[in-house]
Amino acid sequence: MDFQLTDDQRALRRGVRELLARRFGRDALRAAVDREGTVDRKLWRELGAAGFFSLRLPEAEGGAGLGLPEAVLVFEEAGRALLNGPLVATHLAACGGLPGATDGTRMITCVTQLSSLVPHFADADAAVVIHGGSMRVRYPKELPSARAVRSMDPLTPLHRIQGGAPKAPPRPDAVLLTAAEQLGSAARTTEAAVQYAKEREQFGQPIGGFQAVKHLCAQMLVRTEVARAAVYAAAVTEDFTEIAGAKLLADEAAVQGARDCLQVYGGMGFTWEADVHLHLKRAWLRAQMWLTAAEAEEIQAEALASAL
Amino acid sequence: MDLTYTAEEEGFRARLREWLAVSLPKLPVKPGPLDWPGRRAYDTTWQRMLYDAGYGEVHWDAPPTQRLIFLEETELAGAPYVGANFVGLLHAGPTIAAEGAAEQRARWLPPVLRGDEVWCQGFSEPEAGSDLASLRTRAVRDGDSYVVTGSKIWTSHAEVADWCELLVRTDPQASRHRGITWLAMPMDAPGVTVRPLRTLAGAAEFAEMFLDEVRVPVENRVGRENDGWRVTMVTLSFERGTAFVGEVVACRRTLGELAAAARANGTWDDPVLRRSLGRLNAEFRALWRLTQWNVSESQRTGGVPGIGGSVFKLRYSHARQELYDTAAEVLGPDAFDLDREWTADRLSSLSYTIAAGTSQIQRNIVAERILGLPKGRRWTSS
Repeated sequence: MDFQLTDDQRALRRGVRELLARRFGRDALRAAVDREGTVDRKLWRELGAAGFFSLRLPEAEGGAGLGLPEAVLVFEEAGRALLNGPLVATHLAACGGLPGATDGTRMITCVTQLSSLVPHFADADAAVVIHGGSMRVRYPKELPSARAVRSMDPLTPLHRIQGGAPKAPPRPDAVLLTAAEQLGSAARTTEAAVQYAKEREQFGQPIGGFQAVKHLCAQMLVRTEVARAAVYAAAVTEDFTEIAGAKLLADEAAVQGARDCLQVYGGMGFTWEADVHLHLKRAWLRAQMWLTAAEAEEIQAEALASAL
Repeated sequence: MDLTYTAEEEGFRARLREWLAVSLPKLPVKPGPLDWPGRRAYDTTWQRMLYDAGYGEVHWDAPPTQRLIFLEETELAGAPYVGANFVGLLHAGPTIAAEGAAEQRARWLPPVLRGDEVWCQGFSEPEAGSDLASLRTRAVRDGDSYVVTGSKIWTSHAEVADWCELLVRTDPQASRHRGITWLAMPMDAPGVTVRPLRTLAGAAEFAEMFLDEVRVPVENRVGRENDGWRVTMVTLSFERGTAFVGEVVACRRTLGELAAAARANGTWDDPVLRRSLGRLNAEFRALWRLTQWNVSESQRTGGVPGIGGSVFKLRYSHARQELYDTAAEVLGPDAFDLDREWTADRLSSLSYTIAAGTSQIQRNIVAERILGLPKGRRWTSS
């Protein structure tokens, strides 16, 4: 047993972090907010070229032949950077060999991930409908009519499909990669809160010297590290119950982490200017995507019952 | 990231399983919770059996992964945990091994490994709990002895211990962390009085200890005079390492039993309760994974228990309390029947967020030593 990142995995994580820092830094992030979350397609193609979507395809099919653990590390970095776009859906489409999805020349969303809401409905080239192991591709003209929703998350444009989307059993890798994004967000808000607490001074000292603030930050780290162990282990075992548990804990870590970060930021945290709200809104949204807390808990309970 | 065990590790597991299957039936009947001499005899008998089979030093010398397997398998087989040997095997022993002179190691370590001698811990005092460095028990040098006067508290197994790892103040003028010395005190020395303390769970789990001019030979000092704080920190990192591995395994089994009880009495049909049980399943599975993560990390760093222990303890102690609160919901009115195992366990779970560093102290440790937030005014330790 060696449940730690390998050197290759560390290098992969570093590479993705550097790529995103270079191509999706603070200015690019705020520009995406100003565009109401529509995707920079040039960046999308660059992500495709870097193997973001095809990394789990066999090398013979133009992929990198990597596994779910590596995909988890990549999506964790995406979550950290608040990278916008239908990342998981396009990745799934690429895994299914959909031309254009693999190299990022096309952007694919999914209509069966968030009840009747579809992210990036207007700027995606196609949508996948997932049902169990099968995946069908639908082009905009084949989709039921949809109405734009004023999205609460500035980085995720949303449409509501008339009549609702078909209910589909969740696809394990989609659930886990979404959990990985949540993990990255939780780690980032923990860092941001700690950094702010070291710099912001009140009563003549950094607020991070006060135990009330310290303990908030400590709990953020605890939630993040527990979620990390759960997400990484689920990536290794690919066991669906474990994946569902990882999503549950990563959702909590991301949502509560963003809220605590907002609290540490105080008044600044309530502004549009600070990035904290972007993490919170996105974390709220992802918590409802693919697998909700209620569903995850029922899956856990079912696993307990079936072990009797 | 690899969660599979090597052939060597699986071999260790298989041999251990085989040995446990043969050996556990040979253990005497487990004594009652208030029978302290009986508990000592039971725990030391078990340690002797481990020693004779070559497992006596597993807490000290085995690679972290083997220790994890050992703790997992012994718990799964229903074997005893360290019990009365806790301080000897997990605190005092490792401290002496790391800091003691050759003759001290030869004198004290073999009897611990053989289950011949039992140790207790004299650290906390009535006025020195979380703020351990403010301890006031005085030791004054008199020829070849220290003369020790003061009082200690929360001393588990004091009634049946042979030795006490004792922290005393040898230089009251020095700054708090400096004038402290680590002594091995024989419990039968004149002037030692032990008074059992009854916990809220009803049993006398630990004791108060009064020391009235107790003479401790200078040769019983481990480390230099006034260097006891540093010597002690070696010990505390052991306590926060793999101490809870067996308990996580046990909690996962308890959760399964809880689900069975809930199905049997109909409380399973309450979705709120059912989902609580489900959430706990995710929680304890994740805690097991975090344990494997921490063990793998210490395997890579050469066996040093990392700071990750504080992260683990914070979450685990809370989860354990949640588990038994949920058990009470499953039990309904039986939650007030002290003869129900889960009722007693619910009460004892209350100590988890206090013992071995309260949750508040653990959060300070995480915030200051991992996150690098500014140190507090006085409480800082090493």
